Amino acid sequence: MNKDKIDFILSLADSSLILAQRNGEWCGHGPVLEQDIAITNITLDLIGQARCLYQYAADHINQSADQPVNPATEDSLAFLRTEREFKNCLLAEQSNGDWGQTILRQFFFSTYQYFLYQQLKDKGTDTTLSAIAEKSLKEITYHVRWSSEWVIRLGDGTEESKRRMEAGIENLWPYTGELFAPADYEEEMAIDFKTIKTKWAEKINSVLTEATLTHPDGGIFMHTGGKTGTHTEQLGYILAEMQYMQRAFPGCEW
Amino acid sequence: MDKKIEISDTTLIWSVLESIPDPEIPVLTIVDLGIVRNVAISVSGIPEITITATYTGCPAMDYIAASVRMELAASGFTGVKIINSISPAWTTDWMSEEGKKKLKEYGIAPPNTKQQVCDQSLFAEGEAVQCPQCSSYNTYRISEFGSTACKALYQCNDCKEPFDYFKCH
Repeated sequence: MNKDKIDFILSLADSSLILAQRNGEWCGHGPVLEQDIAITNITLDLIGQARCLYQYAADHINQSADQPVNPATEDSLAFLRTEREFKNCLLAEQSNGDWGQTILRQFFFSTYQYFLYQQLKDKGTDTTLSAIAEKSLKEITYHVRWSSEWVIRLGDGTEESKRRMEAGIENLWPYTGELFAPADYEEEMAIDFKTIKTKWAEKINSVLTEATLTHPDGGIFMHTGGKTGTHTEQLGYILAEMQYMQRAFPGCEW
Repeated sequence: MDKKIEISDTTLIWSVLESIPDPEIPVLTIVDLGIVRNVAISVSGIPEITITATYTGCPAMDYIAASVRMELAASGFTGVKIINSISPAWTTDWMSEEGKKKLKEYGIAPPNTKQQVCDQSLFAEGEAVQCPQCSSYNTYRISEFGSTACKALYQCNDCKEPFDYFKCH
């Protein structure tokens, strides 16, 4: 497997892991018990997906020409890489904000993941990756439906909930463009980002319309760089917390 | 290895696996749940057990693998190889009829036969799920997510009992 492919798998894994870490901040703080359970269940699914992908990436890193001195494992990839090595999309690392912003982030991300993983599943040139995509899609389907319903409930809810959703869209929209702008390592993956973008936009528009919400028009500036390791200031804090134990006590287990 | 393992031992291995409870839903065995996908004996006489996770994030997989090793070792099968499989993706269709019966008696509504997870429509009516306590179908979904990844939360409108539903997947 070449480096581009490994980078691509790592970027899929990183986006799932970092969003999971963000969502996990809600554990014990959800607005009601059932929704606290929902967001943490989604978190668990995302961690599961990340684990499958990291294990797959680790196997290939260890077989590659420039294999590391210490073999890569799912844990070393999650806990021992630096900010510049993480390839998650910028959207995943954005702060939780309020419940509305968290919902919107999940909705934008899961809808993107849904159409991307459909292609990974159907392409079938890489049987492991398509198996991971197929298994993940069953879970992502729940995430898309759950987040869509919440976007509608809050957008078409009270004056206050609508105001918060509008603010959330304004905050997050500039990070959605990166999803469809292929990084150099993605160019080789034969993914049709144009189709993903069209389908994503259709779904987003239909849900936002039902939620009586709108999004900014095409003219606004879109941030990019996450997929190639240039992150917003958010990621450093996430890694500092997530990686602390392994950095302070290398190899610690419990 | 204490004894020579033959192909005919697979029956015995299956019966050992059928005694291992799932750590999160102990009323079911890992065979009832469809987690054990295959038992084979390699050419060199090593038992190879293929298991699959229900959901990708299932936190019980390491525990299940350890239980399989321990229970098989207790029956004289050492050096067991455990293969984690992700394809085909686990589905509730693999749950045994016996397992569904045991779930209901335990107070968890078993999965409906028809797959409904692909229904992407929003605010779709929750599936008609039978209350495991009073058998009424007059129930409603409180949340699509429950105490473990594989369950949803329901409540019965007749007997008022809240209950877990093992959701179709």
